[in-house]
Amino acid sequence: MIHRYDAVIVGAGGAGLMAALNVAPYASVAVLSKLYPVRSHTGAAQGGIGAALGNLEEDHWEWHMFDTVKGGDYLVDQNAAEVMCRDAIEAVYFLEHMGLPFDRTPEGKILQRRFGGHTRNYGEAPVRRACHAADRTGHMILQTLYQQCIRHHVQFFNEFQVLDLLIKDGRAAGVVAYEIRTGEIHVFHARAVLFATGGFGRVYKITSNAHALTGDGLAVAYRRGIPLEDMEFFQFHPTGIYKLGILISEAARGEGGILLNRYGERFMERYAPTLKDLAPRDVVSRCMYQEVREGRGIDGKDYLHLDLRHLGREVIETKLPDVTDFIRTYLGLDPVTDLVPVQPTAHYGMGGIPTDVDGRVIIDDWKTPIHGFYAAGECACVSVHGANRLGTNSLVDIIVFGRRAGQHIVRFLRENPDWPDLPGDAAEPAQAELNRILTGSGGESIAEIRRLLQEYMMDLAGVVRDEGRLLTMRRHLEELRDRYHRATIQDKSKQFNTDLVEAWELGCMLDVSEAIVESALARKESRGAHYREDFPQRDDVNYLVHTLAYRCGGPGKVEIKYKPVIITKFKPKERVY
Amino acid sequence: MEVTLKIQRFDPEKDRKPYYREYVVDVEPTDRVLDALHLIKWYQDGTLTFRRSCAHGVCGSDTMRINGRNQLACKALIKDLGSYITVEPMLGFPIIKDLVVDLEPFFEKYRAIRPYLINNDPPPVTERLQSPEQRARFDDTTKCILCAACTTACPPFWANGRWLGPAALVNAHRFIFDSRDQGAQERLNIINSNEGVWRCRTVFNCTDACPRGIKVTEAIEQLKRALLVRRT
Repeated sequence: MIHRYDAVIVGAGGAGLMAALNVAPYASVAVLSKLYPVRSHTGAAQGGIGAALGNLEEDHWEWHMFDTVKGGDYLVDQNAAEVMCRDAIEAVYFLEHMGLPFDRTPEGKILQRRFGGHTRNYGEAPVRRACHAADRTGHMILQTLYQQCIRHHVQFFNEFQVLDLLIKDGRAAGVVAYEIRTGEIHVFHARAVLFATGGFGRVYKITSNAHALTGDGLAVAYRRGIPLEDMEFFQFHPTGIYKLGILISEAARGEGGILLNRYGERFMERYAPTLKDLAPRDVVSRCMYQEVREGRGIDGKDYLHLDLRHLGREVIETKLPDVTDFIRTYLGLDPVTDLVPVQPTAHYGMGGIPTDVDGRVIIDDWKTPIHGFYAAGECACVSVHGANRLGTNSLVDIIVFGRRAGQHIVRFLRENPDWPDLPGDAAEPAQAELNRILTGSGGESIAEIRRLLQEYMMDLAGVVRDEGRLLTMRRHLEELRDRYHRATIQDKSKQFNTDLVEAWELGCMLDVSEAIVESALARKESRGAHYREDFPQRDDVNYLVHTLAYRCGGPGKVEIKYKPVIITKFKPKERVY
Repeated sequence: MEVTLKIQRFDPEKDRKPYYREYVVDVEPTDRVLDALHLIKWYQDGTLTFRRSCAHGVCGSDTMRINGRNQLACKALIKDLGSYITVEPMLGFPIIKDLVVDLEPFFEKYRAIRPYLINNDPPPVTERLQSPEQRARFDDTTKCILCAACTTACPPFWANGRWLGPAALVNAHRFIFDSRDQGAQERLNIINSNEGVWRCRTVFNCTDACPRGIKVTEAIEQLKRALLVRRT
């Protein structure tokens, strides 16, 4: 079945919905989601959205920008960070006007709280910048944007899995998607395509990410020759619930929670004397790893304690109600009286499909675009997060760049009224891959391959890396890919075949892992979330550059190139907190 | 521990009507029902079909009837359910396959109550002001994740699929009691219809079922009172 829309948006989280709202008044737009839009992972974001409103104390977007650049270990493109932090203020007011129920100050303004790495006056002390609605800020953003999409009659295709990106003569021509309910293949012919497909945390064993976050958009683009930028930078959030990875918001520390080792010591004081427990996530996660390695984990094991008890029941239950519920439900503990076992959990990919500040996908160092192809949100790399994202900036990113991408799509559609041709047999490669999976007879198990991938990635390409581990991971990937091609699935039916969808997703996870591992191998330094034990120092002489990983030829064949970091206001300095 | 899951199955391409099948899995007492379903799907029977995504109770994908009660499979722990667990799809919507039901009728009801802020005044340069007290009035109903657990636990809904149902009313409440909204009268008219708020029999099943702890019945009672006040 062939559909025609001026613009097709893949993904219905914050970035996709924000873009849709900006395109819908001017052009026909279809939004595809592999879930229902309100199931998107934006809804799991907890703590807040950062913007220098200054509602409780002095704040400036320049301070926010500085924190973002420093938090990203100077790998941030500063032109993009400037756009984001400046636009963040207006973006938050926009959300409020759309109905987002922020918590309020006694005067009725938007309430703000502290968050990791957000400081006043260029690093002096924590600042109240995170605008929030309890610890369900992402939920409120997702609901508010979906509500507005209903109001503006945005056309949704729910439970449609994207399979392929169509490119004709250097221009995006649409996407191929699989309708999960019927098993039908659909071709969406479009003049502009936006990928807002979210993250890929499911490549790791312990993760805060939803099952759906398998890197589909990145893998689809990567297979079509589009590079992936800075994939070696993957953030581990310090406070995942032990063994489960479920996120305990940084807001828990923003409200005053502290981390303790087995001796009850507040160890972050030793590592980051100024910001302590509110140092950026890469720093805190690495310190936790160090504590565990030196035997100071709880009972000598691989976890530590988050202590919220001194905050008191009132603060815990009103400021952190969802987190409290998670701890009570999944651990059977009460944060009012108990210490909470936590360990770093795979949380956010800083890397992704390279874009400029208008969401246009840029495939090299010379600003070459794929005309009509856009990306926004976690699947994109603008790069505003550099080597490590600050808390709250993911929500800023999706709103600011989702909107800018939408606005640029409108301009692009006006300037390019012609329709790109559809490639001949547009659906053929995607259909062939599904048929291959459906008819596979080698007997290997998708679940087993996925389990091994997640375990290996956690151990070998996680918080701490070195060449030996990464080379081992490269070999594992070869072997897992080989097994993947010999996999057999049990469900051969057409309707709602999630067995097939999961198998297809695993192919994406393998490709995304390949880009992570090859990018990490090539970067022989430590910066932000990428920590190489064999190269523990940052090396600005050789590596103050963005990585671009291209697939050349086929699986396993990766070419690594680099492009310069855009530095405007803040020269790279040593990063201390 | 070893537990048996008795799961209602239905494959539209093969089966004329649903049937039950039992699976035995080895799980921890602290595991979620979702973990058990995954163990079955991944290692025993890949054809078992259900929705899920976030796996920690915030996305609302995996609502199902577990031991006869609507719950999210990712929030229902094995230790609270015993060693013999019955899993069935939500009641009241057409079954697509196994535990997956057609949610379009559910979202249609949601859309019917105009679930978006209606305010036709030009917005100020900064935020619209709202006091913490005004904000608190509708806090409870902002938590809704549209999982459908309340609506499909509601006896009047089982009897009459046209009734708006608790989830749509929760979302009507979220806007009607928001001091920034100007669409209250319009929405009150909608919920005052034949298939509106008065079909609620105050059974409290919705409140029991809500995985977010929303006091659904109370919200519906507040809507009824708002309608009465308007009339007087």
